[in-house]
Amino acid sequence: MAKVTIDGVEIEVPDGTTILNAARSAGGDIVPPAMCYYSKLEGSGGKCRTCLVKVTQGSTNDPRPMPKLVPSCRTNVMDGMVVENITSPQVLEARKGVVEFLLINHPLDCPICDQAGECDLQNLGFKHGAVNTRFEEERRTYEKIDIGDKIKLHMDRCILCYRCTFVADQVAEGGRCHGVINRGDHAEISTYIEKAIDSDFSGNMIDVCPVGALTDKTARFGSRVWFTKPMDAHRDCDHPKCSGKVVVWEKGDEILRVTGRKDQYNEVESFICNTCRFEKKKTSDWVIEGPRHIDRKSVVSLNHYEHLKDIKEDILKYQKQISENLNKG
Amino acid sequence: MGRKILLEHENVPGIETLEVYRKMGGYRAAEKAIKSMAPDDVTEEVKKAGLRGRGGAGFPAGMKWSFIDKKSDKPRYLVCNADESEPGTFKDRYLMEKIPHALVEGMIVSSYALGAKTSYIYIRGEYFYVLRILEKAIAEAYEAGLLGKNIFGTDYSLDLYVQIGGGAYICGEETALLESLEGKRGNPRMKPPFPAISGLYASPTVVNNVETIAAVPHIVNMSGDEYAKIGIERSTGTKLISASGHINKPGVYEIELGLPVEEFIYSDEYCGGIKDGRKLKAMIAGGSSVPILPAHLITKTANGDARLMTYESLSDGGFASGTMLGSGGFIIMDETACIVRHTWTLARFYHHESCGQCSPCREGTGWMEKVLHRIEHGHGTMKDIDLLVDISKKIEGNTICPLGDAAAWPVASAIRHFREEFEYHVLNPEKIKDPKHFEKEPFVSSVTQNA
Repeated sequence: MAKVTIDGVEIEVPDGTTILNAARSAGGDIVPPAMCYYSKLEGSGGKCRTCLVKVTQGSTNDPRPMPKLVPSCRTNVMDGMVVENITSPQVLEARKGVVEFLLINHPLDCPICDQAGECDLQNLGFKHGAVNTRFEEERRTYEKIDIGDKIKLHMDRCILCYRCTFVADQVAEGGRCHGVINRGDHAEISTYIEKAIDSDFSGNMIDVCPVGALTDKTARFGSRVWFTKPMDAHRDCDHPKCSGKVVVWEKGDEILRVTGRKDQYNEVESFICNTCRFEKKKTSDWVIEGPRHIDRKSVVSLNHYEHLKDIKEDILKYQKQISENLNKG
Repeated sequence: MGRKILLEHENVPGIETLEVYRKMGGYRAAEKAIKSMAPDDVTEEVKKAGLRGRGGAGFPAGMKWSFIDKKSDKPRYLVCNADESEPGTFKDRYLMEKIPHALVEGMIVSSYALGAKTSYIYIRGEYFYVLRILEKAIAEAYEAGLLGKNIFGTDYSLDLYVQIGGGAYICGEETALLESLEGKRGNPRMKPPFPAISGLYASPTVVNNVETIAAVPHIVNMSGDEYAKIGIERSTGTKLISASGHINKPGVYEIELGLPVEEFIYSDEYCGGIKDGRKLKAMIAGGSSVPILPAHLITKTANGDARLMTYESLSDGGFASGTMLGSGGFIIMDETACIVRHTWTLARFYHHESCGQCSPCREGTGWMEKVLHRIEHGHGTMKDIDLLVDISKKIEGNTICPLGDAAAWPVASAIRHFREEFEYHVLNPEKIKDPKHFEKEPFVSSVTQNA
């Protein structure tokens, strides 16, 4: 076990845990944002640099501070390590810089982007970004590409987190046919000369995408996300690797979109197969469990009456009380 | 004449062949090391010699070797970094082209010291003809029993391969080089783990520059203590310097570390002074990524001492008034050079070569290039100059590999020392329309005038 102090909060975690996961185990404001790290994908992380933190004391044995800011998703804790995240102005400054870099070539087409409302980059920009841009040059643009027949790639919006390539490598079966071509700011996600991905699990790259670069073609432009009702649902999926546990996004009685169940860090609890995601769009396909918990700060909670049942009961209870009181006179 | 070690026999006819190389004393060190020394003794000699990495970072080679994980049951590898792509650096090419056996012998001795049974030379794609020279030298060495099974009749065996790269600057970074050598996309790896623990094929690996490896046989021959006597303090031995720019005699020179910079620029033995008798304006000491220095800081440090060609003296004063020895890519600019244009050219290079893996470097290098392009072409504003400084600060130190730093330093240092010139570009867009704008009427900075 290793004891680590992050922003003054002492946490004890097993050896080999990363700083980011240590912070997540405590939760709250001390958790650094992560755009490229995904706990369920091996080898992810270290690329976006939004989770940079300052290590002011390496460990009890070697108390020297680390010379540079380190990516918390790829740095393991040591016993006695002291980490500064939001308490360090240097970290906040660097993070602001990273957010600016991520946004300079981003099209900022949130008004027409399907991801808007559940976009990591939007949240990050809201929390750490500047109000104005200093970038006066032309933004880079790409042609839109089809990745398989159900997924659309908007390379303009991509922040090159590489998560989807890890999904293609590790989750989807059928060999590696999805990667990054070109270099520098011309780098782009590609299915190697647009070879379509027809694996049963390829749809998960939509869920892991932190921005609106990969979108579900069966649901594109269907509705703003905050006008839909997310409901936990499940079905008996016959695919051995698919859990069948999903969130269906309903509008009225119609299911517009099916996604995996995402936790507070926007990571899916389990990967789902393409049949569940793309083909089961009828309410009768699913056993609806109840409303999905949505963080109150999220814009998605706008139209979301998660505790409607409780409220109903409350109202009935108070009505009863009032009428009883009235009867008493 | 300064002492020459690596290039002592450069002008001997036929030195590229095994026969002549052996006649000149070649492969004595390999024989001595393999027959009469324990591997750790060789490492010890290199440590004593104080040999520092010649690729740019200047990390002590002996120390790097001692980090290699000897407890691991995986095979160990030695990889020679011959992906010399730093603009302004061409010393390794010269050495490999002239005396290929110097590198082959160095590889044998170093591999023996590290206990490597297979070693690789990773050479950049543009050096295709050097690849042929090296392969010929290796074939000769195999035929003479200097490589392969049971070298010199001992039970030490070594296989040496040359792998050609695709011509990417980033593959000169050691972990990107290893990725590329494994056949993957040349993206730098996250450290730790360092290559000494998990490098090539996840095995303990040492990556060294050509010049570092070529110096090892000489250390074995003359002993580490003797080698350490050359040079000054912690900068021991000789160094190959690739001199280019506005000088009378560009080329590769071997110098003893500790040579005054002034002597190197002006003496007839080396650069032979500034071309056409013009005034010195700026110097880049160690390849394009190190900070540029203005005239008044080149021959003297900020506190008035003579500046020497050593790791310490060149970096005297930190980045405020110093630079780095780097890889020894020595570029001189005279008064006709335009610093803004030069900085833009470098920014364009780093933009082109960024691998695109981490955001600050991927987006920042391109941004800097675009802003510099604007300033150089007369569309800049005063705000742009501060913007450049800010971008460079946000890239520096926040990236996976040193390419981010390498892209940020030239821009930051050019503005630090030549801000007036940037302002001149902003204020006089008409005067800079001609790309060779300072050739007719050099720019006079008030800083240099007063110094």
